[in-house]
Amino acid sequence: MIPEIGHFALIVALFLVICLGTLPIIGAARNNAVLMGTTRSLAYGQFVFSTIAFACLTYAFIVNDFSVLYVAQHSNSQLPVVYRVAAVWGGHEGSLLLWVFLLSAWILAVAVYSRHLPEEMVARVLGVMGLIAVGFLLFMLLTSDPFERLLPAAADGRDLNPLLQDPGLVIHPPMLYMGYVGFSVAFAFAIAALLGGRLDATWARWSRPWTTVAWVFMTGGIAIGSWWAYYELGWGGWWFWDPVENASFMPWLIGTALIHSLAVTEKRGAFKSWTVLLAIAAFSLSLMGTFLVRSGVLTSVHSFAADPKRGIFILSFLVIVIGVSLLLFAWRAPKIGLGGKFDLLSRESLLLSNNVLLSVAAASVFIGTLYPLFMDALGQGKLSVGPPYFEAVFVPLMVPMVLMMGLGPLARWKKFTVPELVKRVRWAFASALLIALLLPLTMGKWTAMIALGLLLAFWIVASVLLSLRERLAGHGNLMQRVRGQSLSYYGMQFAHLGVALFIIGVTLVNGYETERDVRMDVGDTVQAGGYEFRFNGVTETQGANYIAAQGRVSVSKNGKPVTELFPEKRQYNVSGMPMTEAAIDTGWLGDLYVSLGEPIPNSNGAWAVRVYIKPFVDWIWAGCLLMALGGVLAISDRRYRIHRETKARNRGMENKSGTGNLLAAEGKQS
Amino acid sequence: MMRFILPFVVFMIMAAFMYVGLGLNPREVPSPLVGKAAPAFTLPQLHEPSKQFSPQDMKGKVWLFNVWASWCTACEGEHPLFMELSRKNIVPIYGMDYKDKRENGEAWLRKHGNPYTLVVSDIEGRVGIDYGVYGVPETYLIDKQGIIRHKQIGAVTPEILDETILPLIKELQAK
Repeated sequence: MIPEIGHFALIVALFLVICLGTLPIIGAARNNAVLMGTTRSLAYGQFVFSTIAFACLTYAFIVNDFSVLYVAQHSNSQLPVVYRVAAVWGGHEGSLLLWVFLLSAWILAVAVYSRHLPEEMVARVLGVMGLIAVGFLLFMLLTSDPFERLLPAAADGRDLNPLLQDPGLVIHPPMLYMGYVGFSVAFAFAIAALLGGRLDATWARWSRPWTTVAWVFMTGGIAIGSWWAYYELGWGGWWFWDPVENASFMPWLIGTALIHSLAVTEKRGAFKSWTVLLAIAAFSLSLMGTFLVRSGVLTSVHSFAADPKRGIFILSFLVIVIGVSLLLFAWRAPKIGLGGKFDLLSRESLLLSNNVLLSVAAASVFIGTLYPLFMDALGQGKLSVGPPYFEAVFVPLMVPMVLMMGLGPLARWKKFTVPELVKRVRWAFASALLIALLLPLTMGKWTAMIALGLLLAFWIVASVLLSLRERLAGHGNLMQRVRGQSLSYYGMQFAHLGVALFIIGVTLVNGYETERDVRMDVGDTVQAGGYEFRFNGVTETQGANYIAAQGRVSVSKNGKPVTELFPEKRQYNVSGMPMTEAAIDTGWLGDLYVSLGEPIPNSNGAWAVRVYIKPFVDWIWAGCLLMALGGVLAISDRRYRIHRETKARNRGMENKSGTGNLLAAEGKQS
Repeated sequence: MMRFILPFVVFMIMAAFMYVGLGLNPREVPSPLVGKAAPAFTLPQLHEPSKQFSPQDMKGKVWLFNVWASWCTACEGEHPLFMELSRKNIVPIYGMDYKDKRENGEAWLRKHGNPYTLVVSDIEGRVGIDYGVYGVPETYLIDKQGIIRHKQIGAVTPEILDETILPLIKELQAK
């Protein structure tokens, strides 16, 4: 019964979004207040029914309803409850349902937080999002119904793919999807602006926070995926240029460009058509990501469902959505106008160059990902493009980008002169260069790549410090000036520092990592990265729900004990599944990573042992975290709250303090 | 005006490529392993974990190495082909139960029949990594010198078996 309710809820949701995708847009075009007035009710309604559908499938998983085909394929009665819930998005149909559910949540959020926008803008934005939802709901109902029954019911489920039974993979897909789907808001704002012919600073200001929120989720989602790959796959790698990783990386790159482009459009009124194009591209790439992952066009470890029929549907959907919006762009963009003028040397042009570099980077990833497909389509045979291509293309693009990234926040709008800027940054750059050249010497190995990576990282740090110094210098109360800077300014600097941390992590782990796979008898030692690892044998221990062969490895440096690591080979009582628990000693300066391979047969307690030294590897994810934190700070900026506060005041609610400040702040911002 | 229509044109060209791409078979990815020696391993046998198996034991024989799992839906599709093949006794088929629980693997074979001369269990999938396993099932044809001659990603179909794998087996056995 419950699955039928879920199925029915999906059909109701489809009808509601069909209305949402048509009535408000027609209303906005005809200036019909009655039609536009339906917008919010429809938005709330479709959320209710998507939620019911999602809840029904979750319920079917929790109660082990193996008469539902999808549940029988992706769950098992012995699966812990948390993984049963996560199994909802463990396969194709459920992933789609998650996508639809998150889209409906974004629609709801826009409906709730758009009270300060003109009605026709709201009508168009939600209408466009409704149309996207129509596509996904149709796709699900026609080709991939998650509620399909299995008669007779299976006695037990086939269990969730063992690869997916991990805490990291419980949160990674929803976060990533929040990002993917979140770009639909920026997209809808862009299309609404094109439809209404109103592309200006106000439009940029409205879509900025939404774009940033989506970007924050995406950053987090990608970082979690990378971290999971590091600790769970046991290869010690954190990025593999797998087609599906690339599918999430491309919209991230374009989204990053979009955030910066929106800033220029808001502040200077420039780049308007470029910003619109980026907004369309970011969401198009998100859709393309879905196409690549779900259609089976590219072979990848991630594509669990490869089905050409679904591929045709997604491709048609892609062509309609992207094709129509690009046509709309071609029709409307020539009338947009150029906006604020700027010189060749200006913050605008630096940001524009960065945008171009980010887009080129995304395009190169795109080519690398789809090249095998293109060659194949042209009858040139099958081939694959691996990390060597991506690294060769990506690094040269990132070098000028990072150099300009340091300059951007320091340069003036409209026009700067080279001598003036050089004079300001020369000490910052010189100190970054000095550190980059000398630091590798103290670490025992100097290569040009390490020095270059460090130069980029320290250049960012130095430019951030310089900017802070310039902003906070002056007489009087320092704390007041610290508080005087906007949160979005701090957000930007945090995000840039995040990039610096990320680069340090990547540079040092690539430059100084050590990996050893050795056979160790009891008492054997192995040297790695200046550490001595001594294998003290394996004992049997009893855990809460498993028995484990627990290795004892004592680590020392220069004869002094550093730590003792306990890698385990566990055998879980209930599932009988063995798991390797690597022992990772995480530190500021890097990870000591030891894991047990297999016991060596016919030996006296010898094991295959992996010993990895990963210097500064955690800085990679710390950097991503800082970037995401920067995004959170930026959206917490009070100018985004002003409207709501003003609105509240207008409603006659009590406003005890800060009225004058708010008005002043509002005046300053506009 | 032209420059504004350009994104649309570029996108439509890409879409055309993708449309063509949909008609192609993504399973036919060339494997760097074809033509190379089958990676060595030593794994416990599924039915008798105390006993081990290693591909070196197969020197001098042409054999099929099939990676499967009890949680793999597509494996059920190709399984009857292997049952048939083993009845005809053309080529020894060795199986590797990939990322699976031992008892589930055994139960699956009891239910669907066991075409394998011997099955090893790669519980953690380490050997799968060496063999570049994309997904389950995958099948390798290995010659008398221990060189991989064919890699089938995804389920073996009757056409692939008749048109590619069986002729290749005959050719290799004749050598």
